[in-house]
Amino acid sequence: MAINIDIPDVGTRESRLGSITGYNGDLHDLVNKSQCGGLKNRDRCFSQSSSCNAGCALGQLSGIRDIAIINHAPSGCSAIAPDVNVANAQLSAKRGVTNSTVFIGTDMNEKDTVFGATKSLRDIVIETYKRYKPKAVFIGTSCVTGIIGEDVDSVVEELKKELPIPIAAVHCEGFRSRIWASGFDECDHAVLSTIVKPAKTKRNVINFKNFFESAREEIIDIFKNFDVEPFFLYQNSTVEELSRLSESLATVCICGTLGTYLGNGLEEKFGVPYVRTINPLGITGFETWLREIGNVINKGTEVEDYIAREREIYIPQIDAIKKELKGLRAVLGMGPGYTFEVSRVLQELGVEVVWAAAWHYDKKYDNGKVPPALDYLLENSPNNFKLSIADQQNFEILNILNKYKPDIYFSRHPGTTVWAIKQGIPALFVADEYMIFGYKGTLSFARTLLDTLKNRSFEKNLAARSKLPYTDWWYKQENGKFLREEHK
Amino acid sequence: MAKILDQPRYKCAMTAMQTVQSITRAIPILHSGPGCAQKLNGSVGSSGYFSPHIFPCTNISEKEVVFGGEKRLKETIENSLKVIDADLYVVLTSCTSEIIGDDAFEVVRSFKDADKPVIYASTPGFKGNNYTGHDWVVKAIIDQYLKPSEEKITGLVNIWSGPPMHDPFWLGNLRALEKLVEELGLIPNTIFGQGRGLKNIDKIPKAEFNLLVSPWVGLENVKLLEEKFGTPYLHYPTIPIGAFETSKFLRSVAEFAEIDKGKVQKIIDKHEEEYYYYIERFADVFLETRVMSKRFVVVSDAQYTLAVTNFLVNDLGLFPSKQYITDDTPNEYRDWIRNQFKTLSYDIEAEVEFATDGYLIHEEIKNTDFYGYPLILGSSWEKQVAKETNAHYLTISWPIIERLVINGTYVGYDGGLKLLEDIYSVVLTRFN
Repeated sequence: MAINIDIPDVGTRESRLGSITGYNGDLHDLVNKSQCGGLKNRDRCFSQSSSCNAGCALGQLSGIRDIAIINHAPSGCSAIAPDVNVANAQLSAKRGVTNSTVFIGTDMNEKDTVFGATKSLRDIVIETYKRYKPKAVFIGTSCVTGIIGEDVDSVVEELKKELPIPIAAVHCEGFRSRIWASGFDECDHAVLSTIVKPAKTKRNVINFKNFFESAREEIIDIFKNFDVEPFFLYQNSTVEELSRLSESLATVCICGTLGTYLGNGLEEKFGVPYVRTINPLGITGFETWLREIGNVINKGTEVEDYIAREREIYIPQIDAIKKELKGLRAVLGMGPGYTFEVSRVLQELGVEVVWAAAWHYDKKYDNGKVPPALDYLLENSPNNFKLSIADQQNFEILNILNKYKPDIYFSRHPGTTVWAIKQGIPALFVADEYMIFGYKGTLSFARTLLDTLKNRSFEKNLAARSKLPYTDWWYKQENGKFLREEHK
Repeated sequence: MAKILDQPRYKCAMTAMQTVQSITRAIPILHSGPGCAQKLNGSVGSSGYFSPHIFPCTNISEKEVVFGGEKRLKETIENSLKVIDADLYVVLTSCTSEIIGDDAFEVVRSFKDADKPVIYASTPGFKGNNYTGHDWVVKAIIDQYLKPSEEKITGLVNIWSGPPMHDPFWLGNLRALEKLVEELGLIPNTIFGQGRGLKNIDKIPKAEFNLLVSPWVGLENVKLLEEKFGTPYLHYPTIPIGAFETSKFLRSVAEFAEIDKGKVQKIIDKHEEEYYYYIERFADVFLETRVMSKRFVVVSDAQYTLAVTNFLVNDLGLFPSKQYITDDTPNEYRDWIRNQFKTLSYDIEAEVEFATDGYLIHEEIKNTDFYGYPLILGSSWEKQVAKETNAHYLTISWPIIERLVINGTYVGYDGGLKLLEDIYSVVLTRFN
């Protein structure tokens, strides 16, 4: 589906990409169904609390420096404001820059749900502008504003005439998509439609979409070999820098789930090529990704030289540690941008993936193609591993762990790691998006994996003293028990 | 009417899921959108036997918004009873479920014969904040779960304080209050935290009296308990920090419980001797400082602003500048709370403002003369204004993001010493 940045609202992933949150089967079945179009979502008749798109949309935007996010919502929705504030302070300090971004709520009350609050919203935006002189304002909607039909778009149109800065509505009502990654797209849509300007010139820059730029220095050094500079977004980026995204030579992303809308949007609307390979995690991922960057920016030779040099340093070390990892069995529970990438890396390291759970699944990206990580696994995975789309449903994961008893569980979302530990299974939290980046990251990851398995004190101590939250009855059921039949 | 929430210091009513979670083996069932729990959770120490990842949730989507979500709630409760190993299931409603008009009460009523108790509280985010939401959940337990009891247990005292988990020191404080009450020969009964749970909830109607240690949160409920079970209550305005307030607290509780004055005095003397042994040894630090002025400001909820002001004035001899209360205290309690700031030693009175706009608070602090470096006690939000005003700065209330509190407490004699340790550990990082 073509990307349309002239409308205020981006479609959800369900409608745009046919994304799903419920599936239970295996790798081959999932990819085959994705390719032939036969993949349908399966709802749950029991579910545990998950996440919503507003957190992703507004969380991403709030990393931009010196802007204002106005969350038009009751006070609970803006409860993430303090985390945003502290993270921004810590991350900007690390970079040696300042970030005055504010995350403000409108504290809607019962009367507002009856009479509406667009007038108050308007006043709050103007007051915020007076206080902080932000470089842009993004107004995030909420479940409440969606249901009562607040006309936020009209407020935005009016304010555009009054304030000399870009203003956009971000339509992120929590109920509108079951896929919180829709929030990434809502964020990108706001940036593409209100901030990015057509290129006047081209620069030797590669847009690098990521979360928190922890490998910034390392990547700057790598890219120097190819005479390009990375520009990291959104954390610590400025509105002015973002307005020039169109001037870059290419866009890359650390996570396909995160990057699809911006990458494809920049390519389609501004002619900036989007590098859509498997991600730079693990050896194959890193090399495939680098080579494609080399192709796009005509630096193939430099890339090959770099790969050859680095291989000499790292491959023998990685090979040595692989001997110790061989034969281990793993279960993963992550977002789809990581589950299938990390599965590949684990297989590369000789670890057997017995079950991969992804919280949602995009059966295609915005270019209309199946995510490359899945294509790769279909061709290269040594086994047709079990797979579920599990929407962060912890009860399904613990059921899987109980049945398959892997040597290790890999998590990536806050609060999900301890549950495997309590069930007596070592777990490793793949927190940093760069944890497995490149040769060096792959080596560190392999070592950390081994360390996790070699000292099981914390896990043994805790598991011996904690009780599990689920009934025995549940552990006797199939993990997909509460998935309804496919919607026709 | 909607208002600017610049630097939020409270969350919405459904944050009362934390109140449920703090009762061991009680679980909230959320009739809400998928992201509510994740957003409201947002603090360390929020896992345990259950965590927000375990909370059943209807994860309301567009379909339920259009067609209603009662059926979805019903099946979620049914399956929760099968899957989750809990003793008490508390259904909480949300903005969405209430606006679309789902009758959660009716749905919950259909579970009255379930094997485990299922109760319900209306907690839409637009109706109140987490302080009021906490009260609504406790009220739901009183109204829908508790049964009158003929039996009274001599000396049994139910202790109530602020909302669990939102206050980082909630459990340490509660345990310290229990210990103080225990020293008087009474039997403390609390319902939150490890080893309490339903067995203690069942004891609530058997208590001799309710002890509310909080300015306003919980007041409605001790009144309700009096009405329902005839249990009298003592309302002590705030948590006691340090010798002055803790001794006063012990005397007040003892008087209410008709405990022999001589006995209480002995307990107080023993504690004060020990407390002042330490104060004596470290008095130089407090007296001979180049960097501490006499003025301080607290930006916190009613509980902490009052408690810390009492301590710093009555124990440490500091002087209050204008104080701020940020919990959006309901109007009916404000005058009474203001008066609590007028009963400090030496007839000192502290001006206090109820304010929810952090920007305006900070502007005032920047324009206040502290006659030296200010001492600011507040939340993560105060870090920036502290930097701009060269203040000594300590976080004591939500949001606290850059500090880990496990079971720490500022309550009691030891709690006062702990607060001094924390304040002066900041002060000592500076020579001039």
